[in-house]
Amino acid sequence: MAQATAVHGEHEPTTTGLNHRKLLMWAFLGSDCMFFGTLIATYLVYKGKSLVGPYPIDVFDIPVTSVSTFVLLMSSMSMVLAYAWLTRGNLKAFRIWLAATAIMGTTFLAFQVFEFRDFAVHGLTPRTNLFGTTFFTLTGFHGAHVTLGVIWLLSILFHSFRKGGVTPEKNLDVDLAALYWHFVDIVWIVIFTVVYLFGVFEGFPGVVPTDAAH
Amino acid sequence: MTQENIQVEEHGAEAAHTGHPTPATYFKVAMILSVLTAIEVGIFYITDLSYGIIPILAVLSIGKFALVVMYYMHLKFDSKIFTGMFFFGMMVATGVVFALMALFGWFLL
Repeated sequence: MAQATAVHGEHEPTTTGLNHRKLLMWAFLGSDCMFFGTLIATYLVYKGKSLVGPYPIDVFDIPVTSVSTFVLLMSSMSMVLAYAWLTRGNLKAFRIWLAATAIMGTTFLAFQVFEFRDFAVHGLTPRTNLFGTTFFTLTGFHGAHVTLGVIWLLSILFHSFRKGGVTPEKNLDVDLAALYWHFVDIVWIVIFTVVYLFGVFEGFPGVVPTDAAH
Repeated sequence: MTQENIQVEEHGAEAAHTGHPTPATYFKVAMILSVLTAIEVGIFYITDLSYGIIPILAVLSIGKFALVVMYYMHLKFDSKIFTGMFFFGMMVATGVVFALMALFGWFLL
């Protein structure tokens, strides 16, 4: 417990000895798990129940999504490096890695926009079928989280140029943003496997559409 | 050396003793994550595995999840209360997913 508080220096006395803001962030992330859990569950229970196409196997492009997944994973690395350099007092390296994180986050969003547009060209929109509705709701909310994360990171980056805005001693703001960023990364790890890889694997339940099966 | 530099160096020395990994460790974790993702995508194209692909992909995904949570989110080094807050939400979410799947007949033979 002393470890957790040492990194962020002094804070007001608390019954747990932990920083309240950090505890609140972990509580929020726990609740966000439940939020994404319901969206993933909804996607799964309606999987294979679309009466008309296109179906996942018709539209998913695994190589393209693998690249965007890789980009998001690497953004997690750059985020943790930004935080590590800040705690070590190297503000220049902190800014470089933070900017790299925001750029990779934006790249991931560009991939998602490209993918959504491509799906629309193939005739898949949120109104087309159950697959479209549940898929766009799930990945759209994840994209919204990433967008919010990029805005958060950029605001910290600009704030760091103000004298005393971001210092090695006051690193909790960066730590909280980093936790949020890693969270959107782990949610995508689950979505990539459950929605994309299982989505087009023919042995997985629901991949063969209901109407095609009969 | 300015007062600000002295403070920064003192803090750097402190941070090095908080038990958090070094940048080199973070880089190694990133390499492992990349390799696991490459294996996931590679295995996906091995059609001979048939249904065996499901547990393999699930294990690889859980491994990636655990690495990010333990090292990048520092749960391995931080207070267990943080771990409890997060895993409570995650367990409820997992329970909801499996309960709904059961209700919709996913596990019926």
